[in-house]
Amino acid sequence: MTLLSVQNLRVSFPTRHGTFEAVRGISFDLGRERLGVVGESGSGKSMTGRAILGLVRPPGRVTADRLDLEGQSILNLPERRMRKIRGRRISMVMQDPKFSLNPVMTIGDQIVEAYRLHAGGNRAAARQKALDMLAAVQIRDPERVMGAYPHEVSGGMGQRIMIAMMLAPDPEILIADEPTSALDVSVRTEVLNIMDRLVRDRGMGVIFISHDLNLVAQFCDRVLIMYAGRIVETLPAKDLHQARHPYTQGLLNSLPRLDAPVDRLPVLQRQDSWRNGATITESLETEFPGGL
Amino acid sequence: MNQTRREWLLSDAPQTRRQARMGALYQGWLTFRGNKLAMLGLVVLVLLIAMAILAPWIAPQSPFAQDLANRLQPPSAAHWLGTDHLGRDILSRLIHGSRITLFIVGTVALIAPVIGLFIGTVAGFAGGWVDQVLMRITDIFLAFPKLILALAFVAALGASITNAVLALALTAWPPYARLARAETLTIRNADFIAAARLQGAGPLRLLVKHIWPLCISSLIVRVALDMAGIILSAAGLGFLGLGAQPPMPEWGAMISDGRTYILDFWWVAAMPGIAIFIVSMAFNLLGDGLRDVLDPKGAKE
Amino acid sequence: MLTVDHLNVWFGHPPDRVDAVKDASFTVAQGESFGLVGESGSGKSTILRAIAGLIDTWSGTIDVAGKFLTARRRDRAFYKTVQMVFQDPYASLHPRHSVDAVLSETLRLQGMDDIDRRIARLLDDVGLGRGFRFRYPHQLSGGQRQRVAIARALAAEPRLLLLDEPTSALDVSVQAEILNLLSDLRAEHGLTYVMVSHDLAVVGHMCDRLAVMQGGRIVEVMAVDVLRQGTPQQDYTRQLIAASEGYARA
Repeated sequence: MTLLSVQNLRVSFPTRHGTFEAVRGISFDLGRERLGVVGESGSGKSMTGRAILGLVRPPGRVTADRLDLEGQSILNLPERRMRKIRGRRISMVMQDPKFSLNPVMTIGDQIVEAYRLHAGGNRAAARQKALDMLAAVQIRDPERVMGAYPHEVSGGMGQRIMIAMMLAPDPEILIADEPTSALDVSVRTEVLNIMDRLVRDRGMGVIFISHDLNLVAQFCDRVLIMYAGRIVETLPAKDLHQARHPYTQGLLNSLPRLDAPVDRLPVLQRQDSWRNGATITESLETEFPGGL
Repeated sequence: MNQTRREWLLSDAPQTRRQARMGALYQGWLTFRGNKLAMLGLVVLVLLIAMAILAPWIAPQSPFAQDLANRLQPPSAAHWLGTDHLGRDILSRLIHGSRITLFIVGTVALIAPVIGLFIGTVAGFAGGWVDQVLMRITDIFLAFPKLILALAFVAALGASITNAVLALALTAWPPYARLARAETLTIRNADFIAAARLQGAGPLRLLVKHIWPLCISSLIVRVALDMAGIILSAAGLGFLGLGAQPPMPEWGAMISDGRTYILDFWWVAAMPGIAIFIVSMAFNLLGDGLRDVLDPKGAKE
Repeated sequence: MLTVDHLNVWFGHPPDRVDAVKDASFTVAQGESFGLVGESGSGKSTILRAIAGLIDTWSGTIDVAGKFLTARRRDRAFYKTVQMVFQDPYASLHPRHSVDAVLSETLRLQGMDDIDRRIARLLDDVGLGRGFRFRYPHQLSGGQRQRVAIARALAAEPRLLLLDEPTSALDVSVQAEILNLLSDLRAEHGLTYVMVSHDLAVVGHMCDRLAVMQGGRIVEVMAVDVLRQGTPQQDYTRQLIAASEGYARA
């Protein structure tokens, strides 16, 4: 079943040199799955997440033929109605917990407030829910963490707290924008495991935005590869290494690998045709067995 | 290749140092021009400067010519803004007074931020006891209300327009020092400073070539926004009789003169008041526009 | 080329003193590329900064090209031997200085002559070309900025280059370009590298030997082949390698 349906989404900004299109007509459907969105900086991947949540600030403009959350349009809703959707039905985890948590409020107060804003209920119930959520993200001493301020916790714990906060109102969709880029590798695995389990238990849809191809391939079910504001290829995550678009291949090849040392890394030669070429999708695979 | 001047200026790949500089200036100008109110402020100030330069030619009468028969006349065809209690033409006095206003503004704007920039950046960059001493001195200055401190200076130096300006400049620098120090503290540990250190750049070079250029822009914005306050303070000193001495057509002193007649002959005090209001407002608008152009934090990345 | 012996680096004063590096020792031979890996807070960048003279609260000995360093200011000859490339190319270039200003200031400080010709050559060396000479940082992409930073470090014609996560702020395709550039420059100029990174694959690609750090201490020094084969001595190193292989769905 489709949770989110995006058709021909565009985000544009007026500049001195004319209009700049950060996202140039992308379409995809999100079910109860983990969808990875991969691309380099400036590919429009973060802007896509922001556009879905209605977080593109003027003078930026969002247009789409369709932007439906369970059949109901959420394109350019008034801010008041969007606030009800944001957090309650679609949540977002940002890159750095340092900037997403309020530094002068205790963590407990922030989770309780975030939860009550969306779910209502009395303080005691919300507090219990917050404790449960902190336990769910494997924080060993939730009582102590509830009373702590954001600067008193580590980056990994901060990110787990953010996940707890974002998942407390039981949203249907979670948009995670580079949720582990600021974390060390050992902590990263832990955070992803927690996110994975929670998402699976609740049957949520996840949009996982990242620049890290391999990470996305391992965490997600399906991957969209974005280049210059468009989707150039979409494919099942497990087939990432059989990607057919030269851009995807180029990205994969340019990574240094411990198991396959080379003297010089292959460098991506960007082609102008990628900017406007057709999207390569899984369905093509049957038409062209063995790839193009 | 036929290039328009605009393309040459906006080029992302300038070929010469001059083109790069001109391009940067032009970009700034375009940003500034985008702000309509700031342009209004700029136009008002340009007119003010023109008025000050051309004062003897455009003023209909001498600012000092008394005509007791025609004292306290309301605005009319002969005297567009009326006459004061000695029968002097208020318009002429305002036009000549713009020179004094510009003198005050210009001098304070030259002295105060320079002192502030120097003290603030040295304190922030050196740190340690230098910082402690300089900042405590700044605190002492900040502890007094500005006007009271200026009054004390003028009382000690003697009442004159030059001393009033000096007093204002000496009391206006502490906020700039604070601002410059705060900026310096954030810049001090930046990687580009570390990189310059690794080239063997000494503290003086780091301060002058690397830190000052980044502090100056926010100081300029702040100065432009503070100008209104400085004009008002100068007017305040004039009003108290400690600034410009009669018969100088200083705007604050003119308001002071009109105070006695304010109920029956409102224009005597209101006209210079409106002039002060317009100029203060213009500086504020200009400051806002400059912030768009100069403030590196507001710039889009 | 570089010998670090019993290096301790600390910040602040007791009782708030933080020991960032504890008793670190390693040597880097002339022409070698040496990696320092570890997680954030392991003290790897701190070692680089202490060598570069950006931190003066340290003890132990640092010997660069046969000269012992003192905690106080370095002399000009030192900066002709050792240069550094920083992590974030957005923070390591002065926002108001054009490429030309950055490079010519550096060259002048190093007492070089013939500045026009040298700038042109530096820009060619780092693959930017002369068209970039008069641009400001905001007119450059991240990779281009990092190239300018590398050109700035090369201007002094150093023998030892300290690289502090030079590609971690860049996209992978740009990372490949910069890593290739660094390899080429090392071969061309006979440079010695000390490279800090949290990315084992990058260090595996660039370095001959590496030290693994944890909590301010060097846990293990090993040849890069040991890393590639995954046969380190210490448990911590094994964990690090396992974690960097990516996330395996539980």
